[in-house]
Amino acid sequence: MAEAVLRIFRGTREGGEPVEYRVPVATGMVVLDALHYVQKHQAPDLAVRWNCKAGKCGSCSAEVNGRPRLTCKTRMDTLPQDKPITIFPMKAFPVIKDLVTDVSWNYKVNKKIPPFQPRKGVEWKMYQPDIDRVQEFRKCIECFLCQNVCHVLRDHGKQEEFGGPRFFVRVAGLEMHPLDGLSRTSLLKDELGLGLCNITKCCTEVCPEGIRITDNAIIPLKERVVDEFYDPLLRLVRKIRNAGKPAPE
Amino acid sequence: MNEKYETHEHDVLIIGAGGAGLRAAIEALAQGASVGVICKSLLGKAHTVMAEGGIAAAMANVDQADNWQVHFRDTMRGGKFLNNWRMAQIHAQESSERVRELEQWGALFDRTEDGRILQRAFGGHTFKRLCHVGDRTGLEMIRTLQDRGVQMGFDVYMECTVTRLLKDGDRVAGAFGYWRENGRFVLFKAKSIVVATGGIGKAWSITSNSWEYTGDGMALAYDAGADLMDMEFVQFHPTGMVWPPGVQGILVTEAVRGEGGILRNRLGERFMEKYDPKRMELSTRDVVARAIYTEVREGRGTEHGGAFLDISHKPAEYVKRKLPSMYHQFLELADVDITKEPMEVGPTCHYVMGGVRVEADTAQSSLPGLFAAGEAAAGLHGANRLGGNSLSDLLVFGRRAGLAAAQHAKTTSTPALDGREIEDAERELLTPFERKDGENPYNLHSDLQEVMQAQVGIFRTEEDLQSALTKIGQFKQPSEQFSITGSRMFNPGWHLCRDLKSMLTVSEAVTRSAIARRESRGAHSRIDYPKLDPEWGNKNNVISRRADRMELRQEPIPSIPEDLQALLAEEKGTGA
Ligand code: SF4
Ligand code: SF4
Ligand code: FES
Repeated sequence: MAEAVLRIFRGTREGGEPVEYRVPVATGMVVLDALHYVQKHQAPDLAVRWNCKAGKCGSCSAEVNGRPRLTCKTRMDTLPQDKPITIFPMKAFPVIKDLVTDVSWNYKVNKKIPPFQPRKGVEWKMYQPDIDRVQEFRKCIECFLCQNVCHVLRDHGKQEEFGGPRFFVRVAGLEMHPLDGLSRTSLLKDELGLGLCNITKCCTEVCPEGIRITDNAIIPLKERVVDEFYDPLLRLVRKIRNAGKPAPE
Repeated sequence: MNEKYETHEHDVLIIGAGGAGLRAAIEALAQGASVGVICKSLLGKAHTVMAEGGIAAAMANVDQADNWQVHFRDTMRGGKFLNNWRMAQIHAQESSERVRELEQWGALFDRTEDGRILQRAFGGHTFKRLCHVGDRTGLEMIRTLQDRGVQMGFDVYMECTVTRLLKDGDRVAGAFGYWRENGRFVLFKAKSIVVATGGIGKAWSITSNSWEYTGDGMALAYDAGADLMDMEFVQFHPTGMVWPPGVQGILVTEAVRGEGGILRNRLGERFMEKYDPKRMELSTRDVVARAIYTEVREGRGTEHGGAFLDISHKPAEYVKRKLPSMYHQFLELADVDITKEPMEVGPTCHYVMGGVRVEADTAQSSLPGLFAAGEAAAGLHGANRLGGNSLSDLLVFGRRAGLAAAQHAKTTSTPALDGREIEDAERELLTPFERKDGENPYNLHSDLQEVMQAQVGIFRTEEDLQSALTKIGQFKQPSEQFSITGSRMFNPGWHLCRDLKSMLTVSEAVTRSAIARRESRGAHSRIDYPKLDPEWGNKNNVISRRADRMELRQEPIPSIPEDLQALLAEEKGTGA
C-alpha cells in the first residue's frame, strides 16, 4: 500500500512546530481520514474538529499544502505524494491546539446582525424564482474558509471593523429575502465595514459550497449602501417604494 | 456554592444544540426562563445539520387529501403500532404549525407553483408530505433555530461535554462537565434539564453518525435513575455509501428514492418487487434495508457489497437542483456522476427509535426535573421511524420539552449540589492520566464497533446477542483502565475515554432489549423468531438502573382511545 507523509502542525497559542507522521493511503482516502489514522495509531491527543465527514457541517477546515480546504473533501490522490503534505490550522484565527482554532469571533459578529423581520401583514407566499438567489446564500456551512483567506482579516487583522465575507453572505440572505422588511445598510457600512472589501474574490474561490460571494452577495450589497447613503434621489424613491415597511431599528 | 469550580446557573439547562435542543431553548426563553445550552461541538454543527430529505408535516400543499389523521396512521403503521399513540397524535397534529413557524423565522423552503411550501414523497408516507430545501433541509432548520435563539438571548456553552447529571435527593439539580478546549471542569446548576443529545450510532462501525453520537444523554439519564425504553429498535438506513472505504456509511438521502430513484441488484433486477411490490423503493426503511442486505448476502450484490441506486433517468438539471449535495458528494468522494451512472449503496446505522422514556405531553422523564426530546427520547417512532418524521419530532417535542421544563422551573426551588458527587465525577475523568500502560481507547472503540456491527445488526440471533452481551461486559473492565497521553487541552483520546463509557451503557441496553424481544418487528429482526408476535405487540422493553445493575422489564403499551383505534382499524394486521 502506498504511504504518505503528513507534516501536521502540533502546538498551542504558545507556539509549536510541524511533526511528521507516516500514513498508509487507501483508495478514495481524504485528508481527514489520514488525520484520524494518526489519532488512532500515533497521536491520540491530536486536536482536530470534524462532524459530518461529508462536506455538510463546515467543521474540518484547515490549510492543506498552503490551501484552505475542508479536510473531509480533500482527496489524498489529488495531492502530490512525493513530498510531505503539510496540514496547518487556519491562519486568520488564533490557534487553540494543533488544527483547532478559536473561531469565537465569528459568533460575536453574527450577534450584531438583526434577524429576519417580516413586513407587517405579509401574506406567506413566495415564488421559487424570487428565492433562488437567497437559497444560494443559505447554503453556507460556516466553515469560515472565506474569512480565513480574506486579506482584510488575514493580513490586516481588521476584526474590529470588518465582518468578513461569511457575514456579508448572511446579511445578503436577509436583505434579499422577499418578505423581509428591515434595512441593514447602515450596519453594513458602519459596523461590518463593507467598504473595506476591495472585491479581490479570494473568498469566492475557496467557498466549498460554491457560493458566488463577491458577485452575488457583496457587490449588490455595496450597491445598496451607495444607493442608500450617497444617492439622495434613489433614496427618496426607495423610501416611497418601501412605505409601509417598519422603520429600521 | 462550590468555590472550586466555574459555575453557571439557569432555570433550564439544555444538553445538546441540534433541532430539539434549540427548539426547546427557544420555547423556554419565550416562557421567561433563563436558559443555558451546552453542546459538544460548535453551535450549528450538530447532527441536524446533516439531515437531508425534509420535515414531515400534513400541510396538504401538494396532495390536498392529506391531513393529520393520515399522518398519524402512517406513523403508527411504520412503527408497527408500538408507538406511543399520544405522541404520534400530537406529532401529526402539531408539525404543520411548527413548520410554518420556521418559515416565519426566516427559513426558505422550496416552493410550489402557487407560492407555498413544496412537499415531496418519502417512504411510508401516503402523501407527498416532506417540506424540504433541496437535500439540505437540516441545515436550513438549524440555521433558522440558531439565529432565533441567539437573538432571543440564550447562553451557549460550546465544546463542552457533560459527564454527569447531579441530583438533589430524587430530583435533578445540575450537571458536571469539562471544556473540550482546556480540559477544565465546569458545574451547572439548574431546576430543569432537557436532554437533547441525539443518538448512539457511533457504537457501530458502519454508521452515518458523527463522533458526537455516543448516547451521552441516554447514559446520563440512566445513570441518574431515569428509565430507557425500546432500545432494541435501531434503524439501519438502507442507503449509505459503500465505496470507497473512507466514506463507508455516509448517508445517501432517501430523497433520491423520493425523487424517483430505482434500486437494482448486480443482475439488473429491480428487487424491491420481491419485498414490497406495492410501495417498491418507497417502502419503509426497515424493509428496504433488509432487502438490500438480503440481496448482498445471497450473492446478488454489487462489486463492493451493496445495491445500485439509480436516478440517472431523470434530467441532469433536475437531479442537480433537487439533490445538489448528493451530486457533489458522489462526484467528489467517489468519482461517480449520479446524473449519468448509478450509485452503490448499502445499509448504515442511522437512528435509534428507543431512548429516554418520557410522558407524551410534557417530555418529562421518570426523574423529576429531567426532560428529553428528539432522538434521545423514546416513544414516537415505535419499532421503526419514517423518514422525515425526525425533523418534525425535533420541532414538536423540542418545543413541548422547553415549555414543560420552563413551567417546572417556575414551581421549584433552587436545588443544592452535592459535593461528594462532584468529587466523584472529577476523579472519574482524571484517572486515565494517572495510569500508565492502560488500554488505548481507540482500540477498544473499534472492538466495540465490530461487535455491535456483526452481532447486534440488521439480523439478530440469540447466540450472537448473547455473545455480544458477554463481550460488552468484558469491554467494561478495560474501560476502567484506560491510559492516555498528552495534556487536558483539546485531547480527543481523553474525550473518547468518557464517550466510550456512554457507548458501553447504551450498547448493553440495546443488546439486552434485543435478547428479550423474541419476535421480529420493525427494525428489530430475529432470524430465530422471524414472525410478528401479537403478545409482544402490547409491550415495551423498559430499562433502569438498580444499584449497579441494568434491569430490564416489560410494561404494557398505553391503550389507544376508540376514535384513534378506528383510524387504524383498517390498517392493523397487515403484517411486518
Ligand atoms: S472580495 Fe472582499 S470579502 Fe472577499 S476576500 Fe476579497 S476583500 Fe475579502
Ligand atoms: S460563505 Fe462559503 S466559504 Fe464562507 S463560511 Fe460559508 S460556506 Fe464557508
Ligand atoms: S467534517 Fe463536516 S464539513 Fe468536513
